[in-house]
Amino acid sequence: MKNGGYAEDPNPADDKTIAELRGVTKRFGDVLAASDLNISISEGEFLSFLGPSGCGKTTALRMLAGFEAPTEGEVFLDGALVNSLEPHHRPVNMVFQQYALFPHMTVAQNIGYGLRQRRPRLPKAQIAEKVEKALDVVRLGGFEDRKIWEMSGGQQQRVALARAIINEPKLLLLDEPMAALDRKLRKEMQIELQDLQRQLGITFVLVTHDQEEALSMSDRICIMREGRIVQTGSPQELYDRPTSRYVADFVGTSNFFNGTVTDTSQPLYTVVLDNGLQVQAPPVGKFSDGQEVCISVRPEQMKLHRNGEGQSVHIQNRIFLGEHTEYLVRHETLGDFLVLSPRQSEMNEGPFSVGDMAQVSWEPGTTLILDRK
Amino acid sequence: MRLYAACVYLFLYIPIGVIALFSFNAGRHASQMQGFSTKWYGKALSNPFVMDALETSLMVAFSSALCASVFGTMAAVALQGIKGPVRTAFDMLIYIAVMIPGIVIGIATLIGLVTVFDQLNPLIATLWPEGFEPPKLRMGMGSLIAAHTMFLMALVVIIVRARLAGMDRALTEASSDLYATPMGTFLQVTLPTIFPAILAGFLLSFTFSFDDFIIAFFVAGSETTLPIYVFSSIRRGVTPEINAIGTMVLAISLLLLITAQLLLQRGAKKTR
Repeated sequence: MKNGGYAEDPNPADDKTIAELRGVTKRFGDVLAASDLNISISEGEFLSFLGPSGCGKTTALRMLAGFEAPTEGEVFLDGALVNSLEPHHRPVNMVFQQYALFPHMTVAQNIGYGLRQRRPRLPKAQIAEKVEKALDVVRLGGFEDRKIWEMSGGQQQRVALARAIINEPKLLLLDEPMAALDRKLRKEMQIELQDLQRQLGITFVLVTHDQEEALSMSDRICIMREGRIVQTGSPQELYDRPTSRYVADFVGTSNFFNGTVTDTSQPLYTVVLDNGLQVQAPPVGKFSDGQEVCISVRPEQMKLHRNGEGQSVHIQNRIFLGEHTEYLVRHETLGDFLVLSPRQSEMNEGPFSVGDMAQVSWEPGTTLILDRK
Repeated sequence: MRLYAACVYLFLYIPIGVIALFSFNAGRHASQMQGFSTKWYGKALSNPFVMDALETSLMVAFSSALCASVFGTMAAVALQGIKGPVRTAFDMLIYIAVMIPGIVIGIATLIGLVTVFDQLNPLIATLWPEGFEPPKLRMGMGSLIAAHTMFLMALVVIIVRARLAGMDRALTEASSDLYATPMGTFLQVTLPTIFPAILAGFLLSFTFSFDDFIIAFFVAGSETTLPIYVFSSIRRGVTPEINAIGTMVLAISLLLLITAQLLLQRGAKKTR
């Protein structure tokens, strides 16, 4: 960051806390937008708030930016309490959902906007130099004098990105930045964003409802629901060890079967499913005998055989996905669920066609016992 | 239905067309066409009374449009920032101000100003040093500009408010996120965005003030604006000179109105 250079700190991952929400609650009139949020953000990390619309993720972001003040609780930035500090005094910058580029300014004027607000004023030549550098970083060299409306959606997003990073903020906030892009462009931008984040060492906080986006880019994900943080962890942790049905459902795809715990004496608890089937599975959290739970089985953990052990099912639908084949199967009492069959197993067992009978089995260790909520 | 509509339009526009036509009359009678000539335009423009009245009208129109644009914009921006019953109350007052007939504004302003002047003039006289003629507040250019500003301000507020409401709130947020102070945001982002609307408001105000007869008639005092001049000359009979003046006023007004409309349309397109 010093000397105006961008690529100076190749290893930003130390554990210094750069921002923190402590018991933060936000009410808009009677509406509870965010409730008791606790999260600390480390310097240099890529954190995502993930959840459906209206879950409070954007409110959390806006409180970090300073557009909203918390009703209760404390917001810290770089060690200082900033609850009521106005946005223009905060060392954070935001990339807005629709980019919010100034339509009456050129690309270069947009990008230099933040630098032009500095007092004492920066020399014009210095601003121009930094603008040029920022344009190079987002690969838009030569577009200085273009009008905003002459740029494509992807280019506009890069301008918005350049306009934010040129200020070398402590925190870069991204509010659904990919929502307006088409699928292919979105993939490209995801990779580019990740590269950029590593290159600059700036802490990124992303808000998204797209689980794929959050999983592929973030160091850590904060899953939100109805104004609360449900679980925070690395993508891997959330996928492998979800603490609730909600998270298991939101991160990746999973099949859920309701049942009741009957034996907790072994490391693998015994659960009797609603159809009477007895299964073993590891618990996430504490459960007692007789508690109503659900077990979660990922489609890729299920195996399909011909004439093997397991539950008999009818193949309902088959979707070829290249490396995998996705089957929708119907069990007499468990209902419909998904099975993802890898290419290798398809070769061995032969592809199943719609209407075929097959057996489904899974390793107990790959499933989870979860709260029904 | 079509015929009916055509009749309405003919009824509305034929008199205007006739005025424009007879302004090119070569003869001296307003009701009898005697060949084509532009001499009445020359005559009108060289008439010192007409030129005096035109000068007064332009001064009043320019000043009141300028004041209305400045104050109206300030009011619109302030109103945008507040919510609830206060805003509703102000909104209602503004719409009422636009709808009130000119004659009511004229009389009300006249009575209001005369009352205030009657109170203030003796006060000023007592405060003024002995031996000097104390200044006297009276109806004239000042009261004209004040009355027009008051009524035109509401118009500007409505036009600018519409533009502000169509403005993306994220733009001002982005500006403050990029370290601009509230004043910096207003000057660098809000003002450039709403400027077409302000300019349109100015032009409309200018036209309305320039054309206004009723309010001016009550509060002009000894001043003569162009519409007042035209009105008083008509009492001595309609001449082609009056027609020429009318046609010129019409042309200027239409030009300003069209410009204002174009500005508003272009501004609306740019926000999308």
